[in-house]
Amino acid sequence: MTESSKPEKPAKVPFDPRPRDWLEANTKFAPGRWSYSAKPKALQTLGFPNPREWSPDQEDWKLPANWKEIILQGLRERLDRYRSLKIFMDACVRCGACADKCHFFIGTGDPKNMPVVRAELLRSVYRGEMTRSGRLLGRLAGGRRLTPEVLKEWFYYFYQCTECRRCSVFCPFGIDQAEITMLGRELLNLLGLNINWVMDPAAKCLMTGNHLGITPHAFKDNLEFFADTIEEITSVRVDLPINKKGADVLFVAPSGDLLAEPGIFTLMGYLLVLHQSGLNYTWSTYASEGGNFGLFASHELMKRLNAKIYAEARRLGVKWILGGECGHMWRVAHQYMETMNGPADFLEEPVSPITGTRFANARSTRMVHIAEFTADLIHHGKLRLAPGRNDHYRVTFHDSCNPARSMGLLEEPRYILKSVCRHFYEMPAETIRERTFCCGCGAGLGNEECMELRMRGGIPRAQAVRCVREKHGVNLLSCICAIDRAVLPTLMEYWVPEVGVAGLHELVGNALVLDGEKERTANLRGEPLSGGEA
Amino acid sequence: MKAVVPLLAVLALTFAAWLGAGWDRVEPLFGVILPYGAVVAFLGGITWRVLFWARSPVPFNITTTCGQQYSLPWIRSSRLGNPHTRWGVAGRLMLETLLFRSLLHNVKHEWVGGEGDAPRLVYKASPGLWIGALVFHYSLLVVFLRHARFFLDPAPRWLYGIEEVDSYFRVGSVAFFLTGLMLTSAVLYLLLRRLCTPWLRYLSLPADFFPLYLLLGIALTGGLMRYSLRIDIQAVKNFCVNLARLHPAAASGMGPLFHVHLTLVSVLFAYLPFSKLVHMASLPLSPTRNMPGAGRMAHHENPWNYPVNVHTYEEYENEYRGKMKAAGIPLDREAP
Repeated sequence: MTESSKPEKPAKVPFDPRPRDWLEANTKFAPGRWSYSAKPKALQTLGFPNPREWSPDQEDWKLPANWKEIILQGLRERLDRYRSLKIFMDACVRCGACADKCHFFIGTGDPKNMPVVRAELLRSVYRGEMTRSGRLLGRLAGGRRLTPEVLKEWFYYFYQCTECRRCSVFCPFGIDQAEITMLGRELLNLLGLNINWVMDPAAKCLMTGNHLGITPHAFKDNLEFFADTIEEITSVRVDLPINKKGADVLFVAPSGDLLAEPGIFTLMGYLLVLHQSGLNYTWSTYASEGGNFGLFASHELMKRLNAKIYAEARRLGVKWILGGECGHMWRVAHQYMETMNGPADFLEEPVSPITGTRFANARSTRMVHIAEFTADLIHHGKLRLAPGRNDHYRVTFHDSCNPARSMGLLEEPRYILKSVCRHFYEMPAETIRERTFCCGCGAGLGNEECMELRMRGGIPRAQAVRCVREKHGVNLLSCICAIDRAVLPTLMEYWVPEVGVAGLHELVGNALVLDGEKERTANLRGEPLSGGEA
Repeated sequence: MKAVVPLLAVLALTFAAWLGAGWDRVEPLFGVILPYGAVVAFLGGITWRVLFWARSPVPFNITTTCGQQYSLPWIRSSRLGNPHTRWGVAGRLMLETLLFRSLLHNVKHEWVGGEGDAPRLVYKASPGLWIGALVFHYSLLVVFLRHARFFLDPAPRWLYGIEEVDSYFRVGSVAFFLTGLMLTSAVLYLLLRRLCTPWLRYLSLPADFFPLYLLLGIALTGGLMRYSLRIDIQAVKNFCVNLARLHPAAASGMGPLFHVHLTLVSVLFAYLPFSKLVHMASLPLSPTRNMPGAGRMAHHENPWNYPVNVHTYEEYENEYRGKMKAAGIPLDREAP
């Protein structure tokens, strides 16, 4: 994607009601707003239907002959399986409270990006094909028939939703567009209508254990590289337990943290905290992914990818599981994992061996968030911290959608941040906590080809950062999500240059004083600390 | 178009009832069959709808968490925004049902500035819909309850209390019911809002206008009968009491306006379970609101959970054994 196809900046985004009647399906695939189709190989690996070469911007989508039957049957099955879908199909009053809560609507002005209309794209077919009034009265009852045009519209707009759930916070009935997008994408998947940025990582995850396709020996190499870097900075050699039977805790992180900046600094932070705490833990090369791109394709695929975590915990004989900083990983861990792949009766109720704290809130799933773990350590005075080492940062915190709206992990990261750095500033209240704005790139949209959509979807977040940049001189946007760490640097560079991005545990790693470490002269990025900060 | 067709439909109903009232042959249709039919459709429809929803399970706990989770003992959790107990969930649902709590927090976005300075995205409180919805629903409830006077003989004591408060402002010698005015104003507000806000007009369907026109017709005919035409209240009461006692009598002597009123009310009741108006029944069943947010704390059962095809550790180790061995990563088996 070239620079010129990104939106002009900074822009006011006008509301653009074209065509006037949304029941008219007439989708133009605007450049920069859609993602490339999945490669046949990924679908074959996953055993998904209709693998073929095709492209969304071409006329012929090479659908199976009975495509309509497949979708309607699929919709019927899902209505039988998900009360959420039935209620979300029937109960919306189109009050419009959700309309401008969506970052894509704010950023694009495209009326079909109002969550209510995005949902109506499916609802109208539900009414037109499945209800008597809709079949009889058609458009008068807000119903329409399923046509290839409607299918294209679904594809275009269900892949302009990051499943961030902000709309469901404001909906008086809790109608959740994420649920509708998830099930809508599931339907599209029945016809082989999926995007490569979701299916390719998912296929890699199935075979190698992680989205990036990191093989076991490369996994170990990467960890060793990080341990070397840490040794250079601190003179301490951290342990790297891998696939270790008899460990107390299995640690699972998003694989993005193994590969690219700034995620790798977050991973070094994990290593430092886990080393210093003395926790008897292990990494796994088989369950080497906490994230779950299955969530962005289908419930079944989510379950297949997630199954490895419990399976590995059982094989290694650990007591409980600790999870790294990742947004949608925690959606799955908090709301799906134990239902899908539990019961976790072979594990124990999580107890921190260092502080004795019983994580009662995780007593069924038996998986603890590292922010909960670290906050508990700090609260009990188990970590010696030198927050001055982060003095060159003026930090704000981006609540990642899923930990905020599908979990409620709000105070733990803030407590940690306030302990490890001395300049922390909140963004405006309408843009944080449960009302946080998405990075604009979640749910598989973090690819290069839909760059314009990403930059537009990120406008609300970028505007909030700009606000604290101007007010408090903020120069670092911290977060607890691997997708954030992968995409926010691009967003910041585009809208609010000079604001960097860091995971929470990178800042912890900087501030943490290890037993026997030398006097640090650089932070985890290798940037020199200006004197007198420790 | 979307706003006009439903208006025509309501007008057509009005004229049909007006004409039917004066024609003895079809009068029972409007005075007897329609009211009973509406009650049956309403009760049957709501029951069917709720059972239709309940037939599908809730496979996952997909609570939308709107506040701090319950986690470490020294962190205060949000008991209502992110409840972890049944009581908390009940409280959250009560606040949603009775006070429309989510709507209260509504904001709207706005772009400001732009001359010389880059435009800024700001958020402003937007309580209009919340106020409109509260006024509408509560005045509708009171108006509904007040109508019990027509069906119960003698009228129960609690009714007098409601009427006394409601008619605090008197207009001349006539008790003026404030809720009637509030209901009409709220319906007008909800209607104008839909018609005048471009994005709202864009997303609205005929099904959004139809109930508003119906309600407006009901409120107007009711008001006319009460304050302007002063129809024979005793006749209305006799008719309604008989209706309630299942001894329907002819609705004669009350004039066509009463027929119109009765017909529009009947249509509203019959229409309710089969339209978006079922939202009154769906809220307590909404899966993002009616479960505790602490998803890791208790098991949630999915009745259709089925085994899936996974890539096992054994298959994985078989594929990478040589490389794992060379890298010194522990193996389950040295050879396949």
